[in-house]
Amino acid sequence: MATPTPVAMTAAAGARRFALGFVVLAGVLALVPFAGIYPVFVMKALCFALFACAFNLLLGYGGLLSFGHAMFLGTAGYVCAHAAKAWGWPPEAAIAVGTLSAMLLGAAVGVIAIRRQGIYFAMITLAIAQMFYFFYLQTPFTHGEDGIQAVPRGRLFGLVDLTSTTAMYYTVLVIFLAGFAAIYRIVHSPFGAALNAIRENEPRAISLGYDADRYKLMAFVLSATFAGLAGATKAIVFELASLTDVHWTMSGEVVLMVLVGGMGTIFGPVVGAFVIVGIESYLSAGLTLGSVVIGPEWVTVITGVIFVACVLAFRRGIVGEWLAWRQRRRPGTPPDT
Amino acid sequence: MPHDTILETRGLTKEFKGFVAVNDVNLSVRRGSIHALIGPNGAGKTTCFNLLTHFLKPTRGQIFFDGAEITGTPPARIARRGLVRSFQISAVFPHLTALHNVRIALQRKRGHSFDFWRSEGVLAEFDGRARELLADVGLASFADTPAGELAYGRKRALEIATTLALEPTMLLLDEPMAGMTHADVERIAALIKRVAADRTVLMVEHNLSVVAELSDAITVLARGSVLAEGDYATVSRHPAVVEAYLGAGHA
Repeated sequence: MATPTPVAMTAAAGARRFALGFVVLAGVLALVPFAGIYPVFVMKALCFALFACAFNLLLGYGGLLSFGHAMFLGTAGYVCAHAAKAWGWPPEAAIAVGTLSAMLLGAAVGVIAIRRQGIYFAMITLAIAQMFYFFYLQTPFTHGEDGIQAVPRGRLFGLVDLTSTTAMYYTVLVIFLAGFAAIYRIVHSPFGAALNAIRENEPRAISLGYDADRYKLMAFVLSATFAGLAGATKAIVFELASLTDVHWTMSGEVVLMVLVGGMGTIFGPVVGAFVIVGIESYLSAGLTLGSVVIGPEWVTVITGVIFVACVLAFRRGIVGEWLAWRQRRRPGTPPDT
Repeated sequence: MPHDTILETRGLTKEFKGFVAVNDVNLSVRRGSIHALIGPNGAGKTTCFNLLTHFLKPTRGQIFFDGAEITGTPPARIARRGLVRSFQISAVFPHLTALHNVRIALQRKRGHSFDFWRSEGVLAEFDGRARELLADVGLASFADTPAGELAYGRKRALEIATTLALEPTMLLLDEPMAGMTHADVERIAALIKRVAADRTVLMVEHNLSVVAELSDAITVLARGSVLAEGDYATVSRHPAVVEAYLGAGHA
């Protein structure tokens, strides 16, 4: 596992650079409906980007590798879809209750999981996520293999009709940007500074008086909450909550997105999500290269190859490698020896 | 417990499977003193430190600090009570700058830092004090260097600055001189002397000339038990100590 890239710079310079990147990203994404890009693809990518950012909060900044984050994505999706369809709740309330359910689940799972570290932490989160998978497979309200279908998008705050793709797109964009900015703030808050120290050297942080477990639990709950926000939004966008979102492969996919984009970088998970969702969408129809036809069944193989290549050659991920390259080019002080 | 005793252990014992690392140790550290814990390798010195700060649970025995029993208190809470330890291997936050290393300790003054909605800009209020602390240990010009890139001696100095940032009542220093150059040893020795002016220091140290120069009291451990206690002159002439250090035949 690659260590997060240290980028030594002042807090003010970092905040300025983030603000610039954020404005550019928001501007580009706002132009999507006018650029002839399929908005449903971008909405899907944005939901996964928020999911990946939430996951990165835990892995990249908390140093905790969860292998069960699909349970938060999927649970929020089911609760949101159920609220919108069975209870007839408006979309904003359905998304809110879905997100809240992920937060509560995060608190319950976190209390159990953060007692262990490393591989044991990953295994506990995986085991609990699998329990939820089988629960959702059996319980009637999720409709098992069929999922909750035809979830009504409804009218946002009773005003905006979300059946319009453009209205839905901008709603998703605002949710994504708000979540993304919130995660940046969390990382660069006094809490984020303490969490970072705990990840860097936990015994030392404890010896300075930090209750490491309480900070990790807080990070876990925050990560689960934003994963839930992504899952609930996704259920409204696709009018569907299904087993795919609680399956363990979804937990694996988010690890892949974060590693490809750059763990412990702010923009990395967004890049990673767009790359992975892009490859999947591109290949889902099959690809013809001259006389060779690559079918959709090759998606998993190709993403697998990318994963191996990333871990072997670009351990910092796309954004991480780019930041490291810029760091090398900057004339800096040589290390003190 | 007499008022001038800041740290006391009664019958402190740690057993690992089939082996007693610390055996019935009764330690008493006078407030305001520099107390050294010495002994051959494997004598149980570091285990003792881990027990005092509850990084390890004692099998038996009690620990009292500053008038209250702290046996079984979680390590982070012990630190907040003012008993702060350093580690044998240099314990810094390698990717943080020296300034931010010290700031993490100063940040503790805000209480718990669970405010994830606030900008880290609020931490800038500690920068001034952090720079003062760095200057105190001779690291003023390294404030913006990532701690992982500092030379070994400077990492140890940074660690002491970080520990002092908590304004602890008592410091536990685990081999502060290990692996240091001669110049570093003198600088850190002077620093320890200075910081001990208004607080208590308990240190594990192998460098006996440092121990002789700094300590007011010495406890010698061997195979988990207290072998001798007293000032340097008393302890260094103790036959059991001479034997433990040099082997039988020299006594």
